[in-house]
Amino acid sequence: MRRSTRSNSGLRKIFVKSEFYLLLVIVAVSLLFTIMKPSFLTFTNIYGMVESNSFLAIMAAGVLVVLISGGIDISFTAIATVAQYVMATIVIRWGGNMFLAFAIGGAVGIGLGLVNALLIYFLRTPSIIVTIATMNLFYGLLIFISGGTWIYGFPMWFMERNLVRFGDNPGITIPILVLVLSFILTWLILKYTALGRNIYAVGGNQEAARRVGISVLKTQLFVYCYMGFLAGVASTVQANMMLTVAPNALMGRELEVLAAVVLGGASLAGGTGSILGTILGFGLIIIVQNGLTLLGISSYWHKVFVGAIIVISVGITAYQRKLRERKGAIINVEE
Amino acid sequence: MAEKLLELRNISKRFGGVLALDSVDFEIEKGEVHCLVGENGSGKSTLIKIISGIHSPDPGGEICVDGRRISHQKSSNSVREGIQVIYQDLSLFPNLTVAENIAISSRVETGKRLMNWKETEEEAVRTMKKIGVSLDTRREVSQLSIAERQIVAICRAINANARLVIMDEPTASLSKNEVQSLIKVINELQNREIATLFVSHKLDEIMAVAQRVTVLRDGKKVGVFDASELTRQKLSYLMTGKEFEYTKLPPYSGDEIVLEVRKLSRTGNYKEIDLKVHKGEIVCITGLMGSGRTELVLSLFGMNPPDEGEIFVCGRKINPTGAVDAIRAGIAYVPEDRLQHGLVMNQPVGKNIVLTVLKRILSRIRFISKAKESMEVKRWIEELSIKVPSVDSPVNTLSGGNQQRVVIAKWLAINPKVLILDSPTVGIDVAAKDSIYRIIRELAAEGISIIMITDEAEEAIYHSNTTYIMSAGRIIGKYNSSELTEKELYEKINKI
Repeated sequence: MRRSTRSNSGLRKIFVKSEFYLLLVIVAVSLLFTIMKPSFLTFTNIYGMVESNSFLAIMAAGVLVVLISGGIDISFTAIATVAQYVMATIVIRWGGNMFLAFAIGGAVGIGLGLVNALLIYFLRTPSIIVTIATMNLFYGLLIFISGGTWIYGFPMWFMERNLVRFGDNPGITIPILVLVLSFILTWLILKYTALGRNIYAVGGNQEAARRVGISVLKTQLFVYCYMGFLAGVASTVQANMMLTVAPNALMGRELEVLAAVVLGGASLAGGTGSILGTILGFGLIIIVQNGLTLLGISSYWHKVFVGAIIVISVGITAYQRKLRERKGAIINVEE
Repeated sequence: MAEKLLELRNISKRFGGVLALDSVDFEIEKGEVHCLVGENGSGKSTLIKIISGIHSPDPGGEICVDGRRISHQKSSNSVREGIQVIYQDLSLFPNLTVAENIAISSRVETGKRLMNWKETEEEAVRTMKKIGVSLDTRREVSQLSIAERQIVAICRAINANARLVIMDEPTASLSKNEVQSLIKVINELQNREIATLFVSHKLDEIMAVAQRVTVLRDGKKVGVFDASELTRQKLSYLMTGKEFEYTKLPPYSGDEIVLEVRKLSRTGNYKEIDLKVHKGEIVCITGLMGSGRTELVLSLFGMNPPDEGEIFVCGRKINPTGAVDAIRAGIAYVPEDRLQHGLVMNQPVGKNIVLTVLKRILSRIRFISKAKESMEVKRWIEELSIKVPSVDSPVNTLSGGNQQRVVIAKWLAINPKVLILDSPTVGIDVAAKDSIYRIIRELAAEGISIIMITDEAEEAIYHSNTTYIMSAGRIIGKYNSSELTEKELYEKINKI
């Protein structure tokens, strides 16, 4: 049997990985922005950039897990919106504390995620169809019940964002802490738990997973509930930053999140993707958006750039695959 | 007499009105290499599914492991008894590493909640050592060749404490060398007292590897035979109940050239190919996988344009740069992988047949005419005697042999001068092979020139007029097929 030379295979592996190229692009783009606008590379700017996108990034971690399992979820922004309304209504009427607010957000998310999971498993219908349906269902019911009104007037304890301050600099804020925790949690689950490895297995070959005795139902239950959980948590983070709850604050951003995760190397066919890739993919998109804002370019162009980045990245992947396939057919012709 | 590992007594299985298995007895000894053969529909796969617990036998049947009677309702039971099935699709996880694939069943079975990567690696290395193979445990399975993937699947079975490994058509997509190393692994399993049940269509392999052969026909057991007392002739007679004797085709005598290739070259594929195909001649191109034969015929069909050289059809020079050019020049191509490239599997038989001639069946207002379509379809179904429940049945409900005929029909519909067949009999049983050979001979008699790529020496010798041997991108020999013997041809292909 063939054996690759161990000595340099580690290094070679790094160069082959798409994460490496993403990192290169991020460095190049950041360098360009810094030259054109030195205020880009300041702590305040970067911190602000991460914090203001934290709730989308938290949901991206959930989307990553769903994509790895071979599914897709379009309904997570609707879930987040419902969770936000329920959470806000409860803490404004009955009070509570920050921990309770997150617990409510997360619990509502889990409940709605469970609905997705059960429908997908028992109807044996593609997850994209099911979640488009539930997105409309959740959101429609919410608007019907709430009348689409905005919610203001959070209690004082909810308005505090900083946990620790370092002098004048922003310290550790709730959005940043929750973001870091959810990324670490997702990474641990995916890499070091049997459940996480089962998610990869189901996404790679569902039939084979069933044959070795992995419960596809249990795996899917977890995946969609986890997505719901992170959506609920993210919506609480967003409410904490904005201090208002609006029906259209989160809706419509699901494709943006999905695109960032796919850019980070997760495949829509399932089975591949990593938290590092998601961080880089998401990072690239917000860096470009932030840089363009700093340069004073109209926000309409942001969408064009984001679209272009995705097309180029998908194009490069396709080209690499084509090269690989061609390589397979080469014959050593005797001269 | 050696100890029995598995014994099945009086096994019957009825699906609806069809008796798939009819009181079959079957046994495997410890550490034996046993082969199960039979045509499609003879009950092989039903028998395997009963052994692996996917189906349960009808009342009256008995299954014993180590002489103990077991209830065989669930596949987890058979796994516990050490029975592992390696399906034709291998059931691997392409996105996971070699190590994780090998260790996955034991991880799932022990029910551990955390993943121990170091232990997984060690487990994989230990298992590979047992059968004397070594693969990089950190590589993703998607990067491995089919043969290497098979090794991973076998290792996974061993790691799950298999005492009997069932392999369904393990050699279907392997080259000759890869088959040799698979046989080595099977022998290694035997040294460790692990029995192998091998299901195959390739009769040569069966004789090379098995100790005993069980033959099924129409759901009944024909018998159990020592592999040493079987010949290919006898085996195919046992499987089908018919004698298949072929007369060799005479050397080609006419002189009307239909296809001529002069000094055709393509970098990295083949070099300086000269080839002449006459009217009604059957030409065989043989050689190892990766000798450039498929690449060459793809060039003739316009899908792999050559760098240099000329192609003539009936004396007229053509430069096919796409399948459309080739079809217009009268060249048809039936690919090896009929599932992927030859047929639209979930579409009806009829729709598949007319796919190449849609233009011909248009009505006056340029819509497809149902009447013309059904006429065309009917003609080919009769001509090639394709067995179909109805022209509206999807192709994937047909047997392998009938699928092959649908592909051929589809291409015959364009009235080709040259029909190229890439490995037309791979994966189909003896009787279906026979009917494909008959069709090829009839077509040649009607004046169509045939180019057939094949791996099997027997196929070249008995079913072609002329044999070309390719090696490393070059033609290294041209022979009158009838003057070759199998041994000679085999040695020439492998350059012994």
